[in-house]
Amino acid sequence: MKNADEKTGRGVRGASRREFLKTAAVGIGAAAGAPGAARALEFDIEGFLQKNFRQLSDAEILEVIERLSRTYSQQFGKQVTVGAAGPLDGVVYGYGLDISRCIGCRRCVYACVDENNQSRDPQIHWIRVLEFEREAAVRGINLEDGNPYYDPPTVPTEGKFYLPVSCMHCEDSPCTDVCPTGATWREPDGIVVIDYDWCIGCRYCMASCPYGARHFNWGEPTISSEEVNPDMHLLGNRPRRKGVVEKCSFCIQRVRDGRYPACLEACPVGARKFGNLLDPDSEIRYLMKVKRTFVLKAELETRPKFFYFYG
Amino acid sequence: MARSSGGWEREGATRSLKLFARFMTGSIAVVSRGNGAYYAWIGFLGAVIAVGVVAYGNQASQGLITSHMRDQLSWGLYIGNFAFLVGVAAAAVVLVVPAYVYNWGPIREVVLIAELLSVAAIVMCILFVTVDLGRPERIWHLLPGVGMPNFPHSMLVWDILVLNAYFLVNYFIVTYLLFMAYTGQKYNPAFIMPVIFLSIPLAISIHTVTAMLFMGLKSRAFWHTAILAPRFISSAFVSGPALLLLIFQILRRVGKISIANAALYKIGELLAYTMAINLFFLGVEVFTEFYGATAHSVHARFQWFGIHGRTGIAIWTWLALACNLVAFVGFVVPAVRRQLALLSVACVLAIGGVYIEKGMGLLLPGMTPDVLGEVYAYNPSLNEVAVSLGVWGVGALVFTLMVKVAMAVSAGEMRYESSWGGRR
Repeated sequence: MKNADEKTGRGVRGASRREFLKTAAVGIGAAAGAPGAARALEFDIEGFLQKNFRQLSDAEILEVIERLSRTYSQQFGKQVTVGAAGPLDGVVYGYGLDISRCIGCRRCVYACVDENNQSRDPQIHWIRVLEFEREAAVRGINLEDGNPYYDPPTVPTEGKFYLPVSCMHCEDSPCTDVCPTGATWREPDGIVVIDYDWCIGCRYCMASCPYGARHFNWGEPTISSEEVNPDMHLLGNRPRRKGVVEKCSFCIQRVRDGRYPACLEACPVGARKFGNLLDPDSEIRYLMKVKRTFVLKAELETRPKFFYFYG
Repeated sequence: MARSSGGWEREGATRSLKLFARFMTGSIAVVSRGNGAYYAWIGFLGAVIAVGVVAYGNQASQGLITSHMRDQLSWGLYIGNFAFLVGVAAAAVVLVVPAYVYNWGPIREVVLIAELLSVAAIVMCILFVTVDLGRPERIWHLLPGVGMPNFPHSMLVWDILVLNAYFLVNYFIVTYLLFMAYTGQKYNPAFIMPVIFLSIPLAISIHTVTAMLFMGLKSRAFWHTAILAPRFISSAFVSGPALLLLIFQILRRVGKISIANAALYKIGELLAYTMAINLFFLGVEVFTEFYGATAHSVHARFQWFGIHGRTGIAIWTWLALACNLVAFVGFVVPAVRRQLALLSVACVLAIGGVYIEKGMGLLLPGMTPDVLGEVYAYNPSLNEVAVSLGVWGVGALVFTLMVKVAMAVSAGEMRYESSWGGRR
């Protein structure tokens, strides 16, 4: 275990390695891409015998992303690239959401579904938006007053406010503590990830998560070839199988490439902010200075890296 | 082991292995013989198991979507049964202490049956956790060496450890006692009693660790309380002995096992104490939840009264309380306790009460409302119920077959005969 932890350290999965893996992945993606075969192998022995991601050597990771790129390219009949870019040095990601701006349009929810290859049937949403009566908040924000199923013809509704909730990427993450197989862990850049090939589907992490951020594939997930996002990350948006847990990865495939998460880009009112908490000049750090900041369920002391702003 | 066995130590390990093989083939012969009622019972269990297997096949091919668990309530009937059965497994062994101290009738029989019930209960526990897994074929990820068990962080790994240790110790004890009886040797108390006593703290540990699995979750206010482990133990000390009391009476009728009435009354009396403690713990929990109510008491409100008109679980909660109170009166009043029919009714009520309280009564309020405040009305699906019945069927079958062998050995019907056909 100690050995595995050392391997995930910044040195090994640093920038140079990240570039290496990414370039390699692109090359393979181009070589593969034979369209036609409708589905991946039902039982894939290599995947079955694969070690935990944190036990894999660099060469083995390369093999895995090659194999998966090939499999997915065949499955979806288009060129799919699976990367395994590691964390950047000196970066811990933080997310900010201004609840005084959010209008509850749920564009973030569906941008996330598109970007992260969530199952369309049964539907899985990594972001859940709760609608509250403003006046009800005189009792304090009590999540039981929130309605995730609001459905007016237009938003925002007078007298309401909205609270989108997804993975908080807690620094002291209760979900990773309870996982019996070490299939989920916090990366050095603060992203809590899941090895979908290692998860046994016991759902202990879901019982442990205070934010309902973790979602289970109760049935076989489905995504059509037209809808699938071919730009994938091994620990992020690659397609999942039934029986494993998934959740927001801060769009690991985008942010480790220097881009913003998809939900942020989709937000029409600029309520969503993202950046490096270790950089004192970042926008997120500036907003924490000028806005009023809070985290959900602070009393649980999980130290979320997802902050809410108002005012 | 060999010290008390006369000339046997000279005959070597090969001989012992051969003997053990004969013991096993003898056991198979014993379980394949029986009267009509026995065959009917085995046939019935076979049918129940077959239904469970078909339902599990359905779940394995379509996924856990065949259950009514969802993200809002991610554990249900399976884990509820698991929590209850850990209690049965733990508490059966607790009878060993009074059986030894008070020297009830043939102590060996009491110990044997109790340990066999533990073994069967653990088999069911392991099956219930396994059928709850989304990816059961990856269970080897938990093994040290080939897998990556998250030890010591995950309480689930601790639970797997203590459950397996407890299983092995109990299985060893019953096999040793039966094998010695089979070969006509007296068991060596100096050797086996320490092992039996080791199983007692292990019994406490399996239930404590299982409680900690829930107690350690700060996200679930209903479970995040120190009273949970004591309540697990106290309720287990009700359900386990109550179940054994019923089993002893059945076995007295169908088998040649002699357990004195006095022993049964003693268990009834013991149940009066354990039920009193159980109700007391329930009372202090209810007091804290309602007198000092906070937003976190919403789960207790759901449990006792329902919220948003969802009163399904509340009806069961009151029913469980009624069962436990009536059973308590039965255990406390000596005139009732000394009539086996009434005592049995009290036991059935107590088992029912604890099954509700430690099964769905623990699971559902803990997860309702969910962490984002949503109330999801869960009722197990037909497929979930069928799988669960199948697991109970396997447990009952394992227990029946083991008890059949145990009784045959105890009664001297099954014993070692040398390969020359002569009886020793």
